[in-house]
Amino acid sequence: MFISKINISIRKTILDPQGKAVEHSLKSLGFNSIEDTRIGKYIELKINADSKEEAERISKEACDKLLANPVMEDYSFEILKET
Amino acid sequence: MPSGKVGIVVFPGSNCDHDVYNVFKNILAVDTEFLWHKDGSIGDRNIIILPGGFSYGDYLRCGAISKFSSIMKDVADFARKGGIVIGICNGFQVLCEAGLLPGGLMRNENLKFVCKTVTLKVENNKSIFTTEYKIKEEINIPIAHGEGNYYCDEESLTRLIGNNQILFTYTDNPNGSLSNIAGIQNVKRNILGMMPHPERASDEMLGNTDGRRLLESVAESVAESVL
Repeated sequence: MFISKINISIRKTILDPQGKAVEHSLKSLGFNSIEDTRIGKYIELKINADSKEEAERISKEACDKLLANPVMEDYSFEILKET
Repeated sequence: MPSGKVGIVVFPGSNCDHDVYNVFKNILAVDTEFLWHKDGSIGDRNIIILPGGFSYGDYLRCGAISKFSSIMKDVADFARKGGIVIGICNGFQVLCEAGLLPGGLMRNENLKFVCKTVTLKVENNKSIFTTEYKIKEEINIPIAHGEGNYYCDEESLTRLIGNNQILFTYTDNPNGSLSNIAGIQNVKRNILGMMPHPERASDEMLGNTDGRRLLESVAESVAESVL
């Protein structure tokens, strides 16, 4: 059994208004060293696969087909073996 | 009676389905039926409407889950064969997610849900959706969305402009949409997606009928093609 930890965010070249609003708030709290804030989604999948490679393939397919929108989002994931 | 046969797809969470039904059925006297998404088929309908609302609660992304609903395969086949499909608001989001229209709709730039009547400019009146309007005519149509900020990459935008696919733009951009885009059609010109709600501006009793001409011209263009 594998756990796929998926992060999805709006593509870097596109304005993330939610991230900007949070960044302004952080700055007003005095976090002046924070230069950029982007907000995304975290999705965790439990995958019954024989190998890490297979879990990777399934994660990629799930992201491409449904979890992320290729027009405006990027995704990355990390696969861990469930202990 | 116009020979258009309108089918309004109902997803769990659709909430403008009855509004658009009322306009076609009671105001324009067109043969109109609801199509429950699980029925999986559009039957004998020759105009398909994907109405506004919050299909599947907008979970994951607006329209992301609806695109895999069982009726959408039939809608996509119908659209690819040249059938008339109109997506309004959430319906526009579904069409983009399904890849039937280019680009996508993001969170409004000001992060607010905007519910008000806005002014649109008709950028192309040679489409079956806009024949009743004058070019550059300004019309008032209500919007009600939190995620209507249209985005596509530069290449797609160049194509949209080059193919005259942009039908409506906002005169005062309410949501951050690229190039003020409010509504577009596909290259084959049989699929329309727009965030504003023409069905909410179609009844004289409500004081504004600017949207009625759009729905009327579609019903009539099907009538012509049938004759």
